[in-house]
Amino acid sequence: MSTSNQKNEDLRHTLGVLVENQPGVLSRVAGLFSGRGFNIESLTVAETIDPEISRITLVTSGNEQIMEQIIKQLRKLVNVIKVIDFREVEFVDREMALIKVKAEATTRAEALRIVDIFRGKVVDVSPTSYTIEVTGDGKKIEAITELLQHLGIIEIVRTGKAAIARSKKT
Amino acid sequence: MKLSGAQIFFECLKAEGVDTIFGFPGGAVIDLYDEMGKHEIRHILVRHEQGAIHMADGYARATGRVGVCLVTSGPGATNTVTGVATACMDSIPVVIFTGQVPTHLIGNDAFQEVDIIGITRPCTKHNYLVKDVADLARIIREAFYLASSGRPGPVLVDLPKDVVSSKTEFKYPRKVVLRGYKPTYEAHMGQIKRAYDEIASAKRPVIYAGGGVIHSNAAKELHQFGETMRCPVTTTLMGLGGFPAPHELWLGMLGMHGTFRANMAVAHSDLLIAIGARFDDRVTGKIAEFAPEAKIIHVDIDPTSISKNVLVDIPIVGDCKDALKKLLHLAEEHPTKNLETARKPWLDQIEKWRQTYPLAYEQGPDVIRPQFVVEKIYEFSKSKAIITTEVGQNQMWTAQYYHFAEPRTLLTSGGLGTMGYGFPAAIGAQAAFPDRLVIDIAGDGSIQMCIQELIVAVENNFPVKIAILNNQYLGMVRQWQQHFYDRRYSQTCLSAAPDFVKLAEAYGAVGLRAMKPSEVEPVIREAFATPRPVIMDFVVNPEECVYPMVPAGAPMTEMLLV
Ligand SMILES: Cc1ncc(C[n+]2csc(CCOP(=O)(O)OP(=O)(O)O)c2C)c(N)n1
Ligand SMILES: [Mg+2]
Repeated sequence: MSTSNQKNEDLRHTLGVLVENQPGVLSRVAGLFSGRGFNIESLTVAETIDPEISRITLVTSGNEQIMEQIIKQLRKLVNVIKVIDFREVEFVDREMALIKVKAEATTRAEALRIVDIFRGKVVDVSPTSYTIEVTGDGKKIEAITELLQHLGIIEIVRTGKAAIARSKKT
Repeated sequence: MKLSGAQIFFECLKAEGVDTIFGFPGGAVIDLYDEMGKHEIRHILVRHEQGAIHMADGYARATGRVGVCLVTSGPGATNTVTGVATACMDSIPVVIFTGQVPTHLIGNDAFQEVDIIGITRPCTKHNYLVKDVADLARIIREAFYLASSGRPGPVLVDLPKDVVSSKTEFKYPRKVVLRGYKPTYEAHMGQIKRAYDEIASAKRPVIYAGGGVIHSNAAKELHQFGETMRCPVTTTLMGLGGFPAPHELWLGMLGMHGTFRANMAVAHSDLLIAIGARFDDRVTGKIAEFAPEAKIIHVDIDPTSISKNVLVDIPIVGDCKDALKKLLHLAEEHPTKNLETARKPWLDQIEKWRQTYPLAYEQGPDVIRPQFVVEKIYEFSKSKAIITTEVGQNQMWTAQYYHFAEPRTLLTSGGLGTMGYGFPAAIGAQAAFPDRLVIDIAGDGSIQMCIQELIVAVENNFPVKIAILNNQYLGMVRQWQQHFYDRRYSQTCLSAAPDFVKLAEAYGAVGLRAMKPSEVEPVIREAFATPRPVIMDFVVNPEECVYPMVPAGAPMTEMLLV
């Protein structure tokens, strides 16, 4: 990765946003970002155990002042119930990827070995390919992708990030 | 008993205390119009939906209550968008009801269907599509609550035709429950104390107040606090009237066309106390050089306004009135000693700036100067009139030469700068205050943007006065072309113009014209004595410029003075 990318990485932040589960809410959130020139790098949305509330996990980037503005603007949306700023808490995050990779007779074994190392799963098989499911943080997914590259990746689909605060240890 | 959506609509408006709505009918709202006759509400029939939303906005700004407008789907709804954005930028409480195609047709590109919720999402405080008549009363209740609470703003409610015609049990919800919306009114006492200590010990403090002072009805407290702390006060365009202009501590407006002393005072201050203002680019100019020596205290009800453009040293989230009351209370409990002497050098310096470059023009015998017209209007209407403006030079001369003393006496489109705003807004204000003198100080360009509403003034006997500062130019754009584009007046000449006197007469209003300085006063006197709508056409110096002027993006001390 180039150094400028590395810098961006430093400014990348994860936010958890609890919203009312209503039509149009996602577009309010997305519109807030596009309308103010903020960036969304990834986005995951799903219902919570309370079916009236959805949880959005989004990854965005910006300096301190921009992050403060983003969080305040999110809180200002009428349908936003809570914003969790993961800069302030310890958290665990996961992404998932489905990777379709070429798997000929000569390379099948190696593909499986890599899957094993990364504790992935083969979820679909054809005479010439495997589809692999792998879960982890962004770095892990990038690492497996890199290793599978020379076998020939046919297609790759990645989810956004899901993040949750760690429980207090004491 | 079950009520139809249309019946519920009017029951809810009644419960909200709405006496007037501004609107225009169409297929999607025909059931609402059919029901209207059975209720006591007054409906002002406009001639263009932009007029309806600006009138509702003018009504809201003049009264402090929620303004209401009602339009049909599709083009009716899109015609309001400019006015919705105008209200949003200036934080004005209005509720806009738009008709919508029946729910089963939504998304089908049905006749006169438009996604007005999508269109207005970024320019409303919030908006709603009502999908079930069972939700209607709750949504209307929420809409009024959202529009008028916290930082006010426009809320749009989209009403599909079948929702309005179907029936349900009606219960007016008293309580509003919004999980994600809890505005902070109470200013934090710890922060207030820090702020008070700073203000007490500052050597060169300046209060910079904005529209928030008007919205929170805090003009009295601002006046008291300014005097108690011997603090000079400047306001933004939106804050004019929030502090009495003829006052020894008054600096005039600040910003691009602000007074020399206001901009100099801010630039040299050691403490800037921002109250209900938002550090707009027209106020700050080059941000890095804005109030470079000052610590900044910022009171605002909207946390997103704080540290958005300028980093703030003491942020105070809360209602301006609450914050000022608490500051006043502290000032009473712990009065600052020797303020009079402590402030004297600073106030003397400001007085010097005032004398160096006062706002000035010379009215000769031949050509009418627009500033002279505004001063004369002020002379004959002060303390009793509500003034609206259009946008451009007319707006800036009004801000400079009409010395506003009371809140809610200047209605002007500040944030969006909407030409065409002033006249419908004046009608809205007149609808609220039939006995007050309401004057739109207009440009010859802007007035043509909503002139069709003149018939509304005539029809309803609203004796609104329009004073056109007729320079035969899109003057403010021409001024920029003069200064920054070598006088290439590309598409700003309006010498092809209607005869405004005849135009007034064609509508059944009164038209008066002044060509010479000596005619200005008689025209104003006659207009003010006429209990009907009047257009005053003041033919003024075509190439007059608004000074001082700070070029866009320059520091505020780099004022062009002549
Ligand atoms: C709807 C709209 N269109 C364009 C503009 C850009 N604009 C700002 S001031 C101005 C000139 C206004 O001319 P006029 O009403 O004659 O006022 P004057 O400046 O001459 O007093 C224009 C075109 C605007 N503010 N609003
Ligand atoms: Mg003009």
